[in-house]
Amino acid sequence: MAVLPKKNAMPVQDPQVRAHNFDEVALGYGREVAMAEAQRCLNCKNKPCVSGCPVNIAIPDFISKVKEGDFEGAYEIISRSSSLPAVCGRVCPQETQCEGKCTLGIKFEPVGIGRLERFVADYHNANFNGKANVPLSNGHRVVVIGSGPSGLTCAGDLAKKGYKVTIFEALHLAGGVLVYGIPEFRLPKNIVAKEIETLKSYGVDIQTNVVIGKTITVDELFAMGYEAVFVGSGAGLPRFMGIPGESLKGVYSANEFLTRSNLMKAYEGDSRTPIMHAKHVAVVGGGNVAMDAARTALRLGADSVSIVYRRSMEELPARKEEVEHAMEEGIKFELLRNPVEIIGYENPEDKRDPKNGFVTGLKVIRCELGEPDEKGRRRPVEIAGSEYVMDADCVIMAIGTSPNPLIKSTTDGLDVNKHGGIIVEESTGATSRAGVYAGGDAVTGAATVILAMGAGKTAAKAIDEYISSK
Amino acid sequence: MYRIVNKKELNPTVTMMDIYAPLVADKALAGQFIILRVDGDGERIPLTVAGCDKEAGTVKIIFQVVGGTTMRLNAKKQGEYISDFVGPLGRPTETDGVKKVCIVGGGVGCAIALPVAKRFKELGCEVHSIIGFRNKDLVILEDEFAACSDKLTVMTDDGSYGRQGVVTAPLKEGIEGGENYDKVIAIGPLIMMKFVVATTKPFGVPTVVSMNPIMIDGTGMCGGCRLTVGGKMKFACVDGPDFDGFEVDFDEAMRRSSMYSDFEKRERELSCNLFKKEA
Repeated sequence: MAVLPKKNAMPVQDPQVRAHNFDEVALGYGREVAMAEAQRCLNCKNKPCVSGCPVNIAIPDFISKVKEGDFEGAYEIISRSSSLPAVCGRVCPQETQCEGKCTLGIKFEPVGIGRLERFVADYHNANFNGKANVPLSNGHRVVVIGSGPSGLTCAGDLAKKGYKVTIFEALHLAGGVLVYGIPEFRLPKNIVAKEIETLKSYGVDIQTNVVIGKTITVDELFAMGYEAVFVGSGAGLPRFMGIPGESLKGVYSANEFLTRSNLMKAYEGDSRTPIMHAKHVAVVGGGNVAMDAARTALRLGADSVSIVYRRSMEELPARKEEVEHAMEEGIKFELLRNPVEIIGYENPEDKRDPKNGFVTGLKVIRCELGEPDEKGRRRPVEIAGSEYVMDADCVIMAIGTSPNPLIKSTTDGLDVNKHGGIIVEESTGATSRAGVYAGGDAVTGAATVILAMGAGKTAAKAIDEYISSK
Repeated sequence: MYRIVNKKELNPTVTMMDIYAPLVADKALAGQFIILRVDGDGERIPLTVAGCDKEAGTVKIIFQVVGGTTMRLNAKKQGEYISDFVGPLGRPTETDGVKKVCIVGGGVGCAIALPVAKRFKELGCEVHSIIGFRNKDLVILEDEFAACSDKLTVMTDDGSYGRQGVVTAPLKEGIEGGENYDKVIAIGPLIMMKFVVATTKPFGVPTVVSMNPIMIDGTGMCGGCRLTVGGKMKFACVDGPDFDGFEVDFDEAMRRSSMYSDFEKRERELSCNLFKKEA
């Protein structure tokens, strides 16, 4: 049978419509389309897709189940490896992972693995009424710090092995970046809530409003009888560029802008959380967070939103689908431009003018690409004298984060690198302190959901071995 | 959920509450703050800890009813609950090497200044306190300050109580009169702290100010609370809230604090109308 050269298309909301709402952009496969897409899998011998997945889901096996129409069977296979399939099916950068390795992808488009994963998870969440098999307790207690992707994965894996896991979350709601960072239109919050409920059904206890390092220290956790601690506290402090004008009114870190909109629900019209409804928004950066911020600003009613990135389209680190969606929605890409100053309003006649101190523009300088840097990405080189001012009444800095010092500064014997990231043994997640493991952005700095999940998984395995061997 | 164990109105716009939060009560030190949400869809607001009772597991907060959220908080009765309460956040006030200190509090800032004054007193320091209010009706915590101060000066803007004038007047007199303070700690409105610093700087008396900017998470994640201190960007939630007053860019902080003034005004009006209807 001839293989369809292209993936079955993902139904999406019309770009003109979705640019004005916060409903999910991609609508998901139906069962017939999912089964047709599953037919495209060659079930090849090498299964390169599995090695491309940071949590090593048995991809061809679950796809075989989809082919047969056994969607619960497919879910069972995925959930052996992943605690958050409905999330990963939506936010993983599949093009550089499973789908990037797909054998079919050599000649044609790869199998839509992410779309199938999402379909299976959504099917399960909509149709499964049974009870989870609560594992028998092994009597050991473990703490997970942070309820983002790495923490949830680590907690899920340990709970399935019979550990009594307590997650401490600093914010009032569990989910970490899945609830404060990734917007509703890309990852609906009821899906995150559902995945968290599933974890709770395995016996995971989630305590919100507890800041480890402040409310309770890691030392106290051990004194309380917990045998191991996993630190998945996330990336932490937003970076700024250090250019003039970053304290003007209308300048946000992407973290703040997205947290106001997502976690604090400023995107809902009647919210009590203030957020700027700007006309011309400039988002500095080229990653997924920049895309999320730009598309959120557009949905909040901006007339124009621009991504300002110092390299070219080729080097843009965001997931391909997000860039495409952003372009379809009308986000402008001001590439090869680097901000040098944020300009603010100043009335020389009237010091009390309420407009004083608000952003009016972003001065940028044009760049060209030079020699590759140590990571192999071509370095942007500024073109002297090419500065100009873009109209902007809001500037959002989405240029990454540096690790949060809270846990390091209150935990003896926890080594960090020169950037402040916790140092771990890559194969286990073990830190310099016995019984303390770490993973996710707290170790790597800002990265992806699935890499954090992979790290949570690795650490769960190592924690199990550590406690078993004691 | 966190229970309001005790509620007391200190003056027509300032309320005190003891909230049951044993983990926070166990750790909180003078100068640190908490973040609370009144109800499920409310905003997160930072409030500096005004004291705590480790035995009872309660944390004392004192707040001025200024916006929608504080109105909602103030509408809660003793025995009712608020949905979220997290802390202690920020660094405690540094007390090392101080033998003689002047605590300057302005308005509701006195609520935060009090535990700091108490802490220095417990450590055996000589404590002078200057507390200022707009008028007699707004004076709070006078007895409490008197109990932990070797010298207390109460100021009102209109002279309806204590001495007439601003807090910087007795501060300047004291310094000129030879009070060798090791440290001055100013807690109150930004404009007051700015003028305290302007008063102490010529004499080179080390001055610490407690900043209370716009904040969301309180753990360093959002960067909304950023300030310029000594030409560098600092986050009040993790680097502060106490900073070297000589180094803080107050004008910038005042500007940033007005970022949402339109929104706050609208929200305040909405809340007022809401409570009018309920009443």
